[in-house]
Amino acid sequence: MSLVSTLYVGLFYAATAILVVGLTMRIKKYAQTPSPLIIPTMPAPRTEAGVVMRMFREVAFFESLFRANKWIWLFGIMFHFGMLLVLLRHLRYFTEPVWFWVNWVQPFGKYAAFAMLAGLLGLWARRFLVARIRYISTPSDHLMLALLVGIAMSGIGMSFLVHTDIISVKAFFLGLMRFSPQPLPNDLLLLVHLGLVAMLMIVFPISKLLHAPGVFFSPTRNQTDSSREQRHIADWAKALEAGER
Amino acid sequence: MADFEVPELKEYLIVPEPLDKVTNHLAPFIAKPPHQSDLGFPEELVDNWKEVAIEKMGDLLGKYRSLQVFLDICVHCGACTDKCHYYLGTSDAKNMPVARQELLRKVYRRYFTFAGKYFPKLVGAVDLTEEVLDDWYSYFHQCSQCRRCSVFCPYGIDTAEISMAAREIMASVGKGQKYCNEIIAKVYKIGNNLGLPEPALADTLEGLEEDIEDETGVKVRLPLDEKGADILLITPSADFFAEPHVDGLMGYAKVFHEAGVSWTLSSKASEAANFGMFIGSYENMRKLSLRIREAAIDLGVKRIVFGECGHAWRVAYSFLDTLAGPFDFLDQNYPIPQHICEFTNDLIKQDKLRFNKGENDHMTLTFHDSCNVARGAGMGGYEGGQFEIPRAVIKAACNNYYDMGDDTIHDATFCCGGGGGLLTDDLMEIRVKGAMPRMQALKQVTEERGVTHLAAICAICKSQFSKTLPYFGFSMDQIVSVHQLVSNAIVLKGSEQEAELDGSAEEKGEAETA
Repeated sequence: MSLVSTLYVGLFYAATAILVVGLTMRIKKYAQTPSPLIIPTMPAPRTEAGVVMRMFREVAFFESLFRANKWIWLFGIMFHFGMLLVLLRHLRYFTEPVWFWVNWVQPFGKYAAFAMLAGLLGLWARRFLVARIRYISTPSDHLMLALLVGIAMSGIGMSFLVHTDIISVKAFFLGLMRFSPQPLPNDLLLLVHLGLVAMLMIVFPISKLLHAPGVFFSPTRNQTDSSREQRHIADWAKALEAGER
Repeated sequence: MADFEVPELKEYLIVPEPLDKVTNHLAPFIAKPPHQSDLGFPEELVDNWKEVAIEKMGDLLGKYRSLQVFLDICVHCGACTDKCHYYLGTSDAKNMPVARQELLRKVYRRYFTFAGKYFPKLVGAVDLTEEVLDDWYSYFHQCSQCRRCSVFCPYGIDTAEISMAAREIMASVGKGQKYCNEIIAKVYKIGNNLGLPEPALADTLEGLEEDIEDETGVKVRLPLDEKGADILLITPSADFFAEPHVDGLMGYAKVFHEAGVSWTLSSKASEAANFGMFIGSYENMRKLSLRIREAAIDLGVKRIVFGECGHAWRVAYSFLDTLAGPFDFLDQNYPIPQHICEFTNDLIKQDKLRFNKGENDHMTLTFHDSCNVARGAGMGGYEGGQFEIPRAVIKAACNNYYDMGDDTIHDATFCCGGGGGLLTDDLMEIRVKGAMPRMQALKQVTEERGVTHLAAICAICKSQFSKTLPYFGFSMDQIVSVHQLVSNAIVLKGSEQEAELDGSAEEKGEAETA
C-alpha cells in the first residue's frame, strides 16, 4: 500500500474516533447538565407528543428560521437537505450489498450536490453582502463554509467531470470498516475530497457544528408547557430546600 | 425634552445598518456596597475578579443546560440580528442578539473550549479584560430579557438566559446593578419593591375603597392581611398608587366583589414582581418567591391570584412551583397560581359580570402583549391562551378594539423597552430608543384604525409607556390597564350605574351584558 493510502487509513480512523468520542462526550454533557427552570419559548406544546412535533418541524422544516428570514431559510434548506440526499447516496460506498432504497436516492443525490453548493454559496454571500451578518462573522465561519464548499465542489468534480475509480474507493471504506485496510486510488480530487471530509469530522465536536445534536437539547424548544401541572426541580435546587419544608 | 436623539417614527419599521459603539456608554448605576451585601454578593469589585468571574461562569455552565447549550451551538446565521427592539432603536451592532451573546461567548470560548484555548483569533475568543467587563455591564443591561430573539432562532437560543448569567457573574464579582439590587433588598426588608410599609398600604387601600364607593355607591372592599380569606392576591406594588396601575387594582377589587369571593392582599407578600430573575440569581428569585408561600400559609388561603405584571407572571406561571412549591395546601381545583385575567375571563364566560361597554366608548383600544407573558408564560391551560384571554377581557368591556401589526403582537410582540431591570431613570436613553418599535406599531394603528389607547397587563409596561409615550408625540395617559377598562365598564349589583341603566336601558339601548 502506498504511503498516501496508509496516511488516509490512519486519518479516517483518527477522524472517526474523534468524531464519535468527542460527540459522545458533548452529548453526555448536554444531557447531564440540569435544566432547573421551565423555559420553553411560549406558546409551547403542553404534551410530550407536542414537543416531538415542535422539534420535528424545527429540524425538518426550520420553522423558526422560516419566520425569521426567508433568504437564510431558503439557503439553509437547500444546503442541509441537499447534503442529506448526498449523504444518503454515499451510503452505497459503505454497504455491500447496497440497500435497495439507497439506489432510489442515487439519482437525486447526485444532483442534490448542486443544491447543497448553491445553498452554501448563498449563505456565504450573505456573510459579505449583509452588513449585520458581516459584523457577526468570524474567520472560523468563513473557513467552515470554505471547507463545505471544498467538499461539495470536489465531490461534484468527481461525479461529473473527472471520475475516480469508485470501486476501489468502496473497497477502501469497506476495508476500513472490516479492519482490513485497502489502497486508495491516487486521484488528486479524491484525496482533496476525503481530506476535507476528515477535517470536518475532526472539527465537528469542537465547533459550531454542535448545533446538530445541540438543537435537541435546547430547553426553549424541548420542554413542555406544564409548569402549573407538575413540579419541576433540579437536584442542585432541591438541595437548597434542605430542612425547609 | 431629551439630551439624546429620539428615534423618528417612520411609515414602517426600518432595519438599520449596524454601527459601532453607539450605546456602549449607556450603563446603569453600579450597586453600592450595602445593596450588594444585602443580596449576598461582594460589596465591590473583588481584586481577583477575573478568576472569580471565570469560576462563576463554570459554576453556571454546570447548573444551566440552557447556558451550556446556547453558548456552544450558535452558528452566526443572522436570523436574530434584526429582531431586538434595542438594536432597531439604537443601531448599535452589539445590540443584535447574537452580538450581545458573543460578548459572553467569546470569553466562554477562551476559557472553556479547545478551539478558543488554542486558536482564539480563528474562532473569536478573547481574554476577560476590564474592557470586556465594561462591555458586559453596558450591553447586558441593554437587554430586557424579552425573549423575542428566541422565537426566531432556529435553535431557540434565548439571549435572556445569557444576559441573566452575565448579570449573575457581574454581581458575583462585585459589579451588580443598583436599581435591581436595591429593590430586591427592599422586598426583603419591607415586603415590596416600592418600600411601602404595612400602615401606608392599609391607608392606600382604605382610600381606594372610598373612591369606589364614591363612584358607584357600593362598598367594595380591598382587604389586607385578612386571615381565612379564600384568595390571596399578589400584585405589583405599583398597583397601589401609580397611574394607570391603580385603576387596574380597583378593577380587580370590583371583579372579586362581583364574584362574591373572599380575598386579601398580604403586607408580607405585597409584591408580585421578582427582580431576582432580572439579575439571574436563582437564590434571590427563590427567596423572593418563598415570601408568597409563607404569606399563603400564614393567611390560610386556598388560592393564589396574580395581578397584572409581566415578568412576575412568568416567574409565577413558569417558576413558582419550582421555587416555592409544592403548593399542596392550596385548593387543587384551581390553577396554581391563577392570573387575574383568567379569573375575570372565567366569570365573563359564565355570564357573571355585567358590563356597560359604552363607558369605554371614548377610547379605541389596542393591546400590547407584554413580552414575558407572551413568550415566558401561559394562560387558560391551552397554547396561546395568553394572547386570547386578555383580549377577550378587553373586548367584553370595550366596543372599539383593533390589533397592531401581526409581526408586533402575540409571540412576536415587541418589549416595551423597560423590562428586565431597565426601568430606571439612569437608563432613560436606552428605554426611549428601545420603545421605538412598539411606538412605531402604535403609530400605524393610530393612523389606520384611529386607536387612541394602548392596554397592557404589566406594571413595567405601564410605567415605561407613561414615561416614553410623550417622547414620540403621544400623551402619557394613552396607556391603560386591562382591568381599568373592566373597572370602567363593570356594572356592580346595587350600584348607581345599575340603577341608571335599568331605568333607562330601553330608551338608550346602551346596556350590554357580556
